[in-house]
Amino acid sequence: MATLIIDGQEVHAEEGQTILEVARENGIEIPTLCSHPLLEPYGACRLCTVEVIRRGRSKLQTSCTHPAWDGLEVKTRSPAVIEARKTILELMLSRCPNVPVIQDLAREYGVTEPPFPAEDPDEKCILCGLCVRTCHELVKADVLHFAESGVERKVGPPFMEKTRQCIGCGACTIMCPTGAIEILLEDAEVYKEKPLGPTSAIWVPSMQAVPRVPVIDMDACIRFRQNDRTNGEIVDACGACQMLCEADAVNFEQEDEIIELDVGAIVVATGFEMWDPVQLSQYSYGRSPNIITGMEFERLSNAGGITGGEILTAEGKKPERVAIIHCVGSRDHNAHPYCSRICCMYSLKQAHLVRDKTDAEVYEFYMDMRTFGKAYEEFYERIQEEDVTFVRGRGAEVDVLPDGKLRVKGEDADLGRMVHADVDMVVLSTAIEAPHDADQVASLFGLSRSEDGFFAEAHPKLRPVETNTEGVFLAGTAQGPKDVPDTVGHAGAAASMTLALLDKGEVTISPQVAVVDEKLCSACKTCISLCPYTAISFIEEDNVARVNEALCKGCGTCVAACPAGAITARHFTDRQILAQIEGLFRLPAEETEAEAAVEVSVAEAEGVRS
Amino acid sequence: MTDNGKLKLGLYWAASCGGCEIAIVELREKILDLDAAADILFWPCAMDFKYKDVEAMPDGHMDVVLFNGAIRTSENEEMAHLLRKKSKVLVAFGSCAHEGCIPGLANLYTRQAVFERAYLETPSTENPDGILPQTSYQVPEGEIEIPYFYNTVKTLGQVEDVDYFVPGCPPQAPQIWAVVEAILGGNLPPKGSVVGANEKTVCDECKYNREEKHVKKFYRPHEIIPEDRCLFDQGIICAGPATRGGCGALCTNVGMPCRGCYGPAPNVVDQGAALLSAVASVVDADTEDEAAHIVGEIVDPVGTFYRFGLPASLLHRTKLE
Amino acid sequence: MNGTDFEPRIVGFLCNWCTYSAADTAGVSRLEQPPNVDIIRVMCTGRVDPVFVLKAFREGADGVIVSGCHPPGDCHYGEGNYKTFRRMPLLEALLQQYGIEEERFHWGWISGAEAPKWAQLVRDFTEQVRELGPLNWKRELESKED
Repeated sequence: MATLIIDGQEVHAEEGQTILEVARENGIEIPTLCSHPLLEPYGACRLCTVEVIRRGRSKLQTSCTHPAWDGLEVKTRSPAVIEARKTILELMLSRCPNVPVIQDLAREYGVTEPPFPAEDPDEKCILCGLCVRTCHELVKADVLHFAESGVERKVGPPFMEKTRQCIGCGACTIMCPTGAIEILLEDAEVYKEKPLGPTSAIWVPSMQAVPRVPVIDMDACIRFRQNDRTNGEIVDACGACQMLCEADAVNFEQEDEIIELDVGAIVVATGFEMWDPVQLSQYSYGRSPNIITGMEFERLSNAGGITGGEILTAEGKKPERVAIIHCVGSRDHNAHPYCSRICCMYSLKQAHLVRDKTDAEVYEFYMDMRTFGKAYEEFYERIQEEDVTFVRGRGAEVDVLPDGKLRVKGEDADLGRMVHADVDMVVLSTAIEAPHDADQVASLFGLSRSEDGFFAEAHPKLRPVETNTEGVFLAGTAQGPKDVPDTVGHAGAAASMTLALLDKGEVTISPQVAVVDEKLCSACKTCISLCPYTAISFIEEDNVARVNEALCKGCGTCVAACPAGAITARHFTDRQILAQIEGLFRLPAEETEAEAAVEVSVAEAEGVRS
Repeated sequence: MTDNGKLKLGLYWAASCGGCEIAIVELREKILDLDAAADILFWPCAMDFKYKDVEAMPDGHMDVVLFNGAIRTSENEEMAHLLRKKSKVLVAFGSCAHEGCIPGLANLYTRQAVFERAYLETPSTENPDGILPQTSYQVPEGEIEIPYFYNTVKTLGQVEDVDYFVPGCPPQAPQIWAVVEAILGGNLPPKGSVVGANEKTVCDECKYNREEKHVKKFYRPHEIIPEDRCLFDQGIICAGPATRGGCGALCTNVGMPCRGCYGPAPNVVDQGAALLSAVASVVDADTEDEAAHIVGEIVDPVGTFYRFGLPASLLHRTKLE
Repeated sequence: MNGTDFEPRIVGFLCNWCTYSAADTAGVSRLEQPPNVDIIRVMCTGRVDPVFVLKAFREGADGVIVSGCHPPGDCHYGEGNYKTFRRMPLLEALLQQYGIEEERFHWGWISGAEAPKWAQLVRDFTEQVRELGPLNWKRELESKED
């Protein structure tokens, strides 16, 4: 434990601490640009210079590198220090006259004009080395280095050439204090549900996520990516999140846990996904950051979002005119023929939010207003009174104009002519659809899918939560588009049917199952590979095939295949079906006597078992 | 029974190859037991009997008639009716009588086609005047007649009321003896039953190890040398799964696929259809094109699936124009 | 018995979940179709044993239809229709060898949502079979026998 005096204040320091760290711990402000708690100190920018008095001698030292020794006296704002910092900032400003953070710092120290002309007025790099150190110490990719020396000194990859060593993690961009590094998205993979602004590899998708616990995206996380890249050699790069977490809650060793449960009922509540409007190129989604989907608008408007809930364009300004286009990808034979049910209401809500949070004019392009629920129509009327302009006609096209404005074109069916609106922001009320892996889920649970791609309920009117598989129920949008009240009702129904099933304690299964006559089964095993439910299996001890009646769905495939006729389909037996066929042709409508006689003699002549 | 308590036995061959007669001889030393137990009143193959001997018998005189061979001509049919009249128990003996067997494959053709082939087209036939068999012919002594050759081969059961069916081409000797013993012992199952065979199919007697089937390609027996495991698993069309057992799986046990001579399993209506269904079901194809391609390589489906049972099948024969 | 007064008798083996449902809907929707098809319902086309088709022709059908859910993926039981499309081509080859014209046997897929397609099939197939004339298998066999 060391004791030192900083600006006349007695402070205590732990072993290994620097003056900067101790000063900050005690609330003493020292400006820095090149220092970062996760990196080793470097002393490049010199801004943290302080006066250090030891054994009567005073020296100007960088507080970020100087150890906090016992008995030191430190002055952080002495005239010498101020003068030194002013000079440093003059030089920095001369190098980078147009960097806001330097301009702000310089102004603090009374420097408003750079004393020297800049070699390159657009220069942003102050050679602080944060990017180099980040790339070396944290990311361990070692892409960025200092090159050359003296006035030629610069930062970059070897030979200033693009290199595959760069993993595109963006850490350098985040660390750079002046914004000198840009990430270029070349063939970058864009998340389907992309956030509207930068996010880190450890994140909580939204403030309403349940549980609201951050999770590491292993595809983006530097540590996992580097460990993958180095062919088994564990580099353990970065780890910043673990270092910073005070609860010590970050565990990189956590693995997926596979839990096996024996259950009697399953509720499939796998929800929906947003359809990607990039598939209808006339809406220009992706060509302007101000064309967003309804979901993205929700994120924007959310108080926990990147704008704190303000409706702002990508340029950070409030829009003056906003267009909302209904039915993008819904009610459209080029995308989804069905109606996504929820968009009319949320589009009205979003119009209201725009009007409420900005003064923008709002244009809603719609085909029909589907405001069917309790108080929904009344809500629509209210929005109509809020000065939202409703254009009855499907928004047909969105063009990105050269100045960045967006031109929405459509037919106004009431006026009977084409109209257009030039706006700052377009919200596309995009279709909702079944998740992309719905077919795998369907396979897993033996579910059918309706034409719209969602899971099929057992009966469209009378059995909305059951499926054709006993014991598997559907809840929510997995079964089809629906809003919150309907989802709650639907899910409640699923829960109650599940409870009823579990409460009963037994399951009624269909009697239409296959049965193997073990006296006839010769163990040829033709049937074994045929059942999609693995309901028929070979029993070694008894040397026969046997059907598990609880698994058998009664399709009869094994019955038709069995060459020994050993398997019967209860209630759809061969005898029944053959009898049906015979019956069809024994209805003698206009049969003559002779024909009847032939029939009888033929039947007699057969003598073959049937 | 004769007055000496022996069984009165008759044997007849219709359209047959004679193999069923050989099968009786295959009883070997047991033939002496047969002789001790039965008096043979009619066996044209072995001894000189005349039809009029049979006609002279009282109705139902013979206890058992073992009738082998298919019904190819009017003579075969007449004898079927005659022997029915003169016997108490009429047994369709062997595959020909049971289901048509090899002569039954003529049902792929017509009488005319058969005659043309036999009497005109075969390379070693000399028939410059193109003479085909006629049913009647004028000779100085009068008109002579020969039996009429049907278009369609029939089974015994399709022309007469049959009591029992003994399957096999030919029935195996131990099975024949079992039938004789059953008759002697008065130990017979309900009329119309198949006797001298098992309830399960040939697979039950086959020595090979069987697995789940996924066939990517079918092979004819001469196309590959099979491994020592289920032939069907390897893509060779073996009728074993669709054929009644009791023969001891003679063919498969020497590495040749079963060809179905014991006829269908007890509950099966049409043996060929059952075999076809099994064969196609295990094709390892998940697209229509692939499936069509794999099954498209099967040569002569009727001959393959109905080798022994064409007359007994649901459709009996190819379409008659 | 060719000519305008021949009414083809067609047997259709339809799967419960798809084609049978389409046929039902076609009926309820009053889609126009001739009455020549007699429907036998099975739970899945995978249940259709080739023996059914042979039996139908034997008993007097002039044409036979087997129809179910579209592969891949639509089959209510997952893969029943896979076995169907493995069996049907071989059955077709067998029927042709028997001398039954390929135009008398139709197998394919019609989903529950395709009622108009069912009605169209019934119209087209009935005409197709009508052109071929009666098959009358059993009776022809007997009448041409000696």
